[in-house]
Amino acid sequence: MTQPAAPSANPLTLKERMKVPRQQMPEQEAALRSTTFTEVNLGYSEELARQEALRCLECAKVACMQRCPVGVKIKEFVQMIVAGDFAGAAAKIREDNVLPAITGRVCPQEDHCEAGCTLGKKVKPLGIGYLERFVADYEQRMGIHHLPKVAPTGKKVAVVGSGPSGLTVAGDLAQKGHKVHVFEALHELGGVLVYGIPEFRLPKQIIREQLDHLRDMGVEFETDVVVGRTVTIDELMGEEGYDAVFIGTGAGSPQFMGIPGEHLNGVYSANEFLTRINLMKAYRFPAYDEPMVDIRGKDVAVIGGGNTALDAIRSALRLGARNAYVLYRRSETEMPARAEEVHHARQEGIDFRMLTNPVEFLSDGKGWLTGVRCTRMELGEADASGRRRPVTIAGSEFELPLSVAVIAVGTSANPIVQSTTPGLQTDKRGYIQADSSTQRTSRKGVFAGGDIVTGSATVILAMGAGRRAAKSIHEYLTSGGWELPAALKIA
Amino acid sequence: MFRIRQAHFLAPGIKRFVIEAPRIARKHEPGQFVIVRIYEEGERIPLTIESSDPALGTISIVVQSAGKTTHLLNSMQAGDAIADVVGPLGKPSEIAKFGTVVVVGGGVGAAMAYPTAAALKRDGNRVISIIGARNKELVLLESEMRSVSDTLVVTTDDGSYGQKGFVTDRLRELIEGGTKIDLVLAVGPVVMMKAIADLTRPAGIRTVVSLNPIMIDGTGMCGGCRVLVDSKSQFACVDGPEFDAHRVNFEVLVQRNAMYREAERRSMERFVREREAREEKNGAGNDEPCTVVQGGKQ
Repeated sequence: MTQPAAPSANPLTLKERMKVPRQQMPEQEAALRSTTFTEVNLGYSEELARQEALRCLECAKVACMQRCPVGVKIKEFVQMIVAGDFAGAAAKIREDNVLPAITGRVCPQEDHCEAGCTLGKKVKPLGIGYLERFVADYEQRMGIHHLPKVAPTGKKVAVVGSGPSGLTVAGDLAQKGHKVHVFEALHELGGVLVYGIPEFRLPKQIIREQLDHLRDMGVEFETDVVVGRTVTIDELMGEEGYDAVFIGTGAGSPQFMGIPGEHLNGVYSANEFLTRINLMKAYRFPAYDEPMVDIRGKDVAVIGGGNTALDAIRSALRLGARNAYVLYRRSETEMPARAEEVHHARQEGIDFRMLTNPVEFLSDGKGWLTGVRCTRMELGEADASGRRRPVTIAGSEFELPLSVAVIAVGTSANPIVQSTTPGLQTDKRGYIQADSSTQRTSRKGVFAGGDIVTGSATVILAMGAGRRAAKSIHEYLTSGGWELPAALKIA
Repeated sequence: MFRIRQAHFLAPGIKRFVIEAPRIARKHEPGQFVIVRIYEEGERIPLTIESSDPALGTISIVVQSAGKTTHLLNSMQAGDAIADVVGPLGKPSEIAKFGTVVVVGGGVGAAMAYPTAAALKRDGNRVISIIGARNKELVLLESEMRSVSDTLVVTTDDGSYGQKGFVTDRLRELIEGGTKIDLVLAVGPVVMMKAIADLTRPAGIRTVVSLNPIMIDGTGMCGGCRVLVDSKSQFACVDGPEFDAHRVNFEVLVQRNAMYREAERRSMERFVREREAREEKNGAGNDEPCTVVQGGKQ
């Protein structure tokens, strides 16, 4: 049943395929969803999936696959959908991606596979993400588990952090027969997938199912362990007997802007705001004990233009905010958030205030936030990032009344592992230095990947690093060779 | 799950727990804390580690009933299990030979200052300890503190034991009496730590305080525990919890610790109501009176 379908399974000519419109993702109605945390995208039916899969031109070049950070064999799995072999398609994806139900939901396909799709040059690209999600959900619904039968190698690998990079390393290495033990600092597994990304984009149940899949593959998990504090990397490699360690601790610490009033009650980092909601379920207080500021009927703003900013403000809207603003100092073109998220947010009624730069949080004199003073900006010359630099328009100051402000302007490296691991080389900003193809660090047997190496990026890029690391760890465990890239030699 | 091996009240509303946490016991150093979440719907709260026994694989914490979570924790017994205990977190206390060190512990702060006092004594410092409580029955760890101090002074607000007055009164006497003090370590309520900072600042005595802001993860991820030190944001969980008292903005700490006062009150009232309803149904009493203690988290 997992035989690859012949290319001829698609009855349409190339011309006819170009004429089939991209099948729309069924969505929960915007008016309804702004009051609930249930998922926005509802997923393709079998009908829609097969119709969409028929559009694939089955190019020889597979630019889609080449642009996938984890190298999913897209053409092959899409052909299996055309042939009606959904289980086979799922197994095909799993060869390269151990978390398909997650990436099918949160990966920015428009920057990767779909940007490479030939269809996209003339019409809309193939809905690869939607198709991936469809087969992953089908697999789950049918209770299909693809468990590779491999002989144990007797090697033990410790994975630090249960976010997207760590879970990918765990899945890939388990498939090679290595014993993997994942350490997580929080009480729940999943890293940013559980504390950061809200239910309406990625239901927690999906993460739990993917974790169960990894458990069935023999991966062990241990929560409440802060590596660097509870146990060090040296202890893992020493008395705990691990043959290799992968560090995937994530981007870590929230950045603040350094403007007056950031300590006022009602000002949150996006990490704290989202953690209270997603991990601690503070919106269900007092059924859950962790409190948060009551947002019902209040004016809330998020500062920043990334996916995290949108996750925060769309959550605020669902918690009953009266006005929900995005304050961003550049224009919409420069916003790093996914186009689909911006589109969804706008549908739901989020008020985007572009070219707006907060300069001071205002207080009621008793320590509570009452508003923010902003200046209007215009775009000047391009800066180091290639984006046009925002410049303050003189005399443009104005005040916006607010009860809650959420700061989502980025993160900086969490120092706990680096500062407790002698010889682990970091860059100027404190991120771990790792070779970009092997993910090796300056410490023998220690690999790193994801945001703790690159700074904050996306789930799929972290997974890509996890894939490279797993391949490289497997090589190291089987050959024992360890060559350091010149730049990483320990002084 | 983390099993409670022993649990007993040291004073009304203040309970000491010995918890099985072998990994934490092995790594604990004085001044560090754990984050505790009691059950699935629970909040995460920071609690200072009072002592640890690596051989037995246990740590102990001293908990004062203040809000719902601490009341609930203090109703737990030996044999019960706590869902999550994470640590040891925060930077350890700086232990070195300073000379003469005054360790001030206010209320349950005495239990938190104890491991640091013991380490300072072991390193050859002259340790003068001042521990204070509202009244005699709330004085904590007196014999333990005595065993690691060259001099121990006990104060009570009402004079029911030791010297009547506040810990700051005794510290002022020491300073005014010309005792050469190289370091003051103060652990206790924010108002006490601020009063001590104000007292030692003009005297130019180096002073360290252990701060207790509201936290969630305890690993530097959320930034909720940010405190203003020298007008800059620092995270108490990774940059602290100990800071130079003369650089800390205590007003902001008080303000931020009051952020959820209303929610904490509602949560506590609901908890008391539910407990009373349960007791009425069971017809059984509870050995611990439910008193809401003013102040933030401990």
